[in-house]
Amino acid sequence: MTFLENYVFYVGAFGLVLIGLFTILVKRNLIKAIIGLAILDTGVNLFLISVGYLARGTAPIYTRAEQGAQPMVDPVPQALVLTAIVIGVAVLALALALAIRLYRHYGTLDLRKITEQRW
Amino acid sequence: MRKIISVLLLSIVAVGIYLSVSHIPFGAPKTKVGGHYVEQGMEETGAANMVTSVVVIYRGFDTLGEVTVLFIAAVGLAAVLGIAGQQGFPREPASFVLRNACVVIFPLILLCGTYIFAHGHLTPGGGFQGGVVIASAFVLSYLGGRERRISKRLFGSVESLAGLVFVTTGLIGLAVGGYFLSRILPNGRPYSLLSAGIIPIIYIAIGFKVGSELAGIIDNLIEETK
Repeated sequence: MTFLENYVFYVGAFGLVLIGLFTILVKRNLIKAIIGLAILDTGVNLFLISVGYLARGTAPIYTRAEQGAQPMVDPVPQALVLTAIVIGVAVLALALALAIRLYRHYGTLDLRKITEQRW
Repeated sequence: MRKIISVLLLSIVAVGIYLSVSHIPFGAPKTKVGGHYVEQGMEETGAANMVTSVVVIYRGFDTLGEVTVLFIAAVGLAAVLGIAGQQGFPREPASFVLRNACVVIFPLILLCGTYIFAHGHLTPGGGFQGGVVIASAFVLSYLGGRERRISKRLFGSVESLAGLVFVTTGLIGLAVGGYFLSRILPNGRPYSLLSAGIIPIIYIAIGFKVGSELAGIIDNLIEETK
């Protein structure tokens, strides 16, 4: 139980990753598999951010106001995730474009009919 | 059957994740480099926003790579969709209220996005966020059913120009300072708009680039569903 209390962010992040993977593995509709990809992406971003967190930390931005003794969280994972979110959107759009293309060619989004190898 | 096998596979993955993640403490400082950026970053780069200084200065070359990935995704989308799909049902004109509300709100969203990326070194925000806000203005204008389309050539040239500004700034740094994206401009007065050396230049370029790329992606997808 203490693991859940101390690591609730990790549990949530990897919960999202596993939900995304499960969706990709199980769903036969291509659009639903792409939605699973998006959920997986969100989980990875959440995990990176929570790794960079410091206890009682604040945002790594200096202001002219009184700073106090609060530590600032690690800015490196935030910088990585900042770019990863935008790239995730672009990759999602690319995947949807491929889905549009497949639909135009096969007339269906069902992966069993498209490849006939989906287990 | 498929679901059972998937659940079994995923539980194996989950055990692996548990074994590796349970060694990472939550909320404790893990790297020295993050502490260094927070403590010395203000003096070294002149930017108040440490995330910005990491994105543009310390990991600037990495950011150039990320922008390139974004560019390739946009190009790939345009190539995959092709120029077919011009046919389709005719677009219904939007109502008077919707059309004029879009006309009023569109420049305000552009202004907001520009503010976000121009102040990236002072406040939360930056080129990527501002660029996405700018792209959202184009989404609104397309959803609002305005007939006027922004030409692809304009998107392409804005994007190329912004990329050129980024690379040229880096190459000038290479020529003057000895390494790519070296800080060739003075840091200036802290907390002022024109400070932090080359950060505003690069973040404005990234803002334009991300905005035009995402707007181009939306333009392609809208054309597809028209």
